[in-house]
Amino acid sequence: MERHEYDVVVIGAGGAGLRAAIEARQQGKRTAIICKSLFGKAHTVMAEGGAAAAMGNVNSDDNWMVHFRDTMRGGKFLNNWRMAELHAKEAPDRVWELEEWGALFDRTKDGKISQRNFGGHEYPRLAHVGDRTGLELIRTLQQRVVALQQEDEREHGDPEAFIKVFAECTITRLLKDGDAIAGAFGYWRETGDFIVFDAPAVVLATGGIGKSYVVTSNSWEYTGDGHALAVLAGAKLINMEFIQFHPTGMVWPPSVRGILVTESVRGDGGVLRNSEGRRFMFDYVPDVFKDKYATTEEEGDRWYTDQANNRRPPELLPRDEVARAINSEVKAGRGSPQGGVFLDVSSRLPAAEIIKRLPSMHHQFKELADVDITQEPMQVGPTCHYIMGGVEVEADTGAASVPGLFAAGEVSGGMHGSNRLGGNSLSDLLVFGRRAGLGASAYVDGLATRPSAADVTDAKAEAVAPLERTGGENPYEVHHELQRTMNDLVGIIRKAGEISEALQVVEKLKERSKNTGSSGSRVYNPGWHLAIDLRNMLLVSECVARAALLREESRGGHTRDDFPVMSADWRQKLLVCSAAPDGSGVTVEEKVQPSMRGDLISLFERSELEKYLTEDELAEYDAAVKES
Amino acid sequence: MGYKAKFRVWRGEGGEGQLEDFTVEVNEGEVVLDVIHRLQATQVPDLAVRWNCKAGKCGSCSMEINGRPRLGCMTRMSTFEETETITVTPMRTFPVIKDLVCDVSFNYQKAREIPSFTPPKDVKPGEYRMQQIDVERSQEFRKCIECFMCNNVCHVIRDHDENKPAFAGPRFLMRIAELDMHPYDELDRKESAQEEHGLGYCNITKCCTEVCPEHIKITDNALIPMKERVVDRKYDPLVWLGSKIFKRSGV
Ligand SMILES: Cc1cc2nc3c(=O)[nH]c(=O)nc-3n(C[C@H](O)[C@H](O)[C@H](O)COP(=O)(O)OP(=O)(O)OC[C@H]3O[C@@H](n4cnc5c(N)ncnc54)[C@H](O)[C@@H]3O)c2cc1C
Ligand code: SF4
Ligand code: SF4
Ligand code: FES
Repeated sequence: MERHEYDVVVIGAGGAGLRAAIEARQQGKRTAIICKSLFGKAHTVMAEGGAAAAMGNVNSDDNWMVHFRDTMRGGKFLNNWRMAELHAKEAPDRVWELEEWGALFDRTKDGKISQRNFGGHEYPRLAHVGDRTGLELIRTLQQRVVALQQEDEREHGDPEAFIKVFAECTITRLLKDGDAIAGAFGYWRETGDFIVFDAPAVVLATGGIGKSYVVTSNSWEYTGDGHALAVLAGAKLINMEFIQFHPTGMVWPPSVRGILVTESVRGDGGVLRNSEGRRFMFDYVPDVFKDKYATTEEEGDRWYTDQANNRRPPELLPRDEVARAINSEVKAGRGSPQGGVFLDVSSRLPAAEIIKRLPSMHHQFKELADVDITQEPMQVGPTCHYIMGGVEVEADTGAASVPGLFAAGEVSGGMHGSNRLGGNSLSDLLVFGRRAGLGASAYVDGLATRPSAADVTDAKAEAVAPLERTGGENPYEVHHELQRTMNDLVGIIRKAGEISEALQVVEKLKERSKNTGSSGSRVYNPGWHLAIDLRNMLLVSECVARAALLREESRGGHTRDDFPVMSADWRQKLLVCSAAPDGSGVTVEEKVQPSMRGDLISLFERSELEKYLTEDELAEYDAAVKES
Repeated sequence: MGYKAKFRVWRGEGGEGQLEDFTVEVNEGEVVLDVIHRLQATQVPDLAVRWNCKAGKCGSCSMEINGRPRLGCMTRMSTFEETETITVTPMRTFPVIKDLVCDVSFNYQKAREIPSFTPPKDVKPGEYRMQQIDVERSQEFRKCIECFMCNNVCHVIRDHDENKPAFAGPRFLMRIAELDMHPYDELDRKESAQEEHGLGYCNITKCCTEVCPEHIKITDNALIPMKERVVDRKYDPLVWLGSKIFKRSGV
């Protein structure tokens, strides 16, 4: 069997994985990058709107403190505040560094990086390239990896001496030596042959879980592998009940249902209307945001040119609010003919400007839906987009509770609390990708001995099993049933009864997945790959459902029809999932979050905090303010 | 609305294979990739195909549909007659791994042969100043989603493996142009484009431009200007020197 030795193994080649790998290599570590798709095709490539960083290029009032406040508000104060702090402080440096590596962002008139408006961000903050920012980000990081390889070739005669990409290679198990990480086990998609990595440190950067839902903006890669690998290795997941349903996915034709329509459409002036032509978002501004959003269309429209004297239009509320509002309008019978609502930019900007600012949206609608967005409105509805929950890590280093295991990007949890702001993911990838790379390198430096090579007999047997059950059930059918179940029963609006029902279905599907079989050879066999991925999707879905059942309140990406209000007591509590090494016995426990550091909490007004905090916490706030 | 379409799909691995016929359901609004996925889910679970975004953004699903290089996810079924047999084959220029999946490592190899972005050492992060108009030319080339269909269609290598070592293909010749037009890049790239990466093989047939799903004007905006400057440079060193001086002062 193919076996390699590395210092740091990074699983995932999206923004987080690449930034982590670049850092580990810059720290002199021999680094492997592993990914399921070709190099440069990870989900990050699909990000459209931009990367949030308080550079203050467009509005000089912006700074890390404003960004920090926006992030905490967006997450309804459930965020790991240390992560939100590091993120807000370091995002500008991480974006600037990309320019040094060749990125070409859109520019302001004075030649700086241009920044655009996005939901929940007080000032124009998103560095972008048209509506293809993710492509720019991943290509730049990919080209940085190549640059490092060229350097290594000059110095060591081998471009892959210190950093090597293993593309189309799927990891199915993390390996351990006692309590600590010892490497990873997987297979080559191309040949079906197995491969083992012996390494003291593993960085998970595998992205999200959207493929457990039918209507999603996510690709086949998002089967929650990293979440599952971490739990199976003994690490913990937090915030799994919080899933972001992006308000604007395509709704028609059926085959593209769920594909994303970037928030930039709204950031650049697009408005939402129902079948009666009403800009209904004005009816849905929740109390906590009442003083921050315009109350008339005129004020909202003026805001695009004069932000100092007007409040932003409610189309730019955080995503959870907009998604719920669209859901309600459709339920009330005021939806569009294809079951969404109207998103119109055609009456707001000249055609040429739309094509310039939103080229890929223009292209996407024209090619896939026969809709010309410069002439007519789009029809849009919520789509499963992003999971706030993930591996519980230390903010500064990305270290999980298992020694040697690190996580960054969408697979990690905490940074975004109960709801992520648009644009905060791309910056999160860069900030915490780098930190996880540093954390892993420091961990390796601190080890007296390398872990001993782990036995992979069980991992092998588990991976090969579906191929040996050639008469078994079709994995595509099990997958489809899981997607329907999660979509219908643990979707945007949840109820105890429905979630319990979903848990029963998941239990049955777990049994069925043990009998799925795959015909064909081991060479590039998607049926086999899916059968393996099912374990991860089922495990993650169970965590989502169990946590959703426990959290008896509504907050961000978790809305309970039976508990419609936000509770200050629940704000302090995180739900922590763990399971046995075979994935059985998923348990969810409550854990109290540490309260915010005094200097950070003092950045907020008391009147705002009253909406979120308990009396005891407010007393702490008063003490902190007094001290400073 | 729904109908049964006739599909003829290349099936095979390890250098051997054949076209196989399938009859498969098609629904309103679907694209070729949807139909391939339906084949996977209902008839041939091990049918190999690459994809990710399903929205023309990642460049994974390149294939040849009725002989033309296309993205499977952006090719609407409504562009074909219902009675037509649709033939789907893998890209021809690269070795087939299985079914519709090819070994595209040639492209990653070539990517590594192009010297990377080389900015001046004394400009610190955060200090880069560029005008929109100066970045737009390179931005056009950075729209590339690396579907590799331009390299697939280029006759220099399409049926000529022997040219592969000396020719980077339109994708990576364009990468050289992109870096050359970057306001902060300091390397002179024209000569190496010609001498090391095979610009001279290109006889500007524009086939690459025609297939580019991002509608990048590869030939007109990247290859021809670079060829012109190679010529300038060869015959008139002053022109070259002038252009470099101008470029620096424009920074
Ligand atoms: C359509 C769309 C638009 C978006 N737009 C924005 C935006 O404008 N701004 C913003 O901030 N965010 C945006 N997001 C969110 C953001 O793009 C993602 O959250 C982010 O890119 C995730 O990056 P990542 O590095 O964590 O993982 P990814 O980029 O998803 O990479 C995951 C990697 O892990 C690999 N992997 C997974 N499992 C395994 C395994 N078992 N073995 C080996 N490798 C594995 C995959 O192959 C892949 O390389 C958008 C998301 C979508 C879907
Ligand atoms: S224009 Fe040049 S690079 Fe493009 S296909 Fe023709 S010969 Fe190849
Ligand atoms: S230039 Fe166009 S055709 Fe060539 S790889 Fe890029 S996107 Fe594809
Ligand atoms: S699947 Fe991404 S381009 Fe077709």
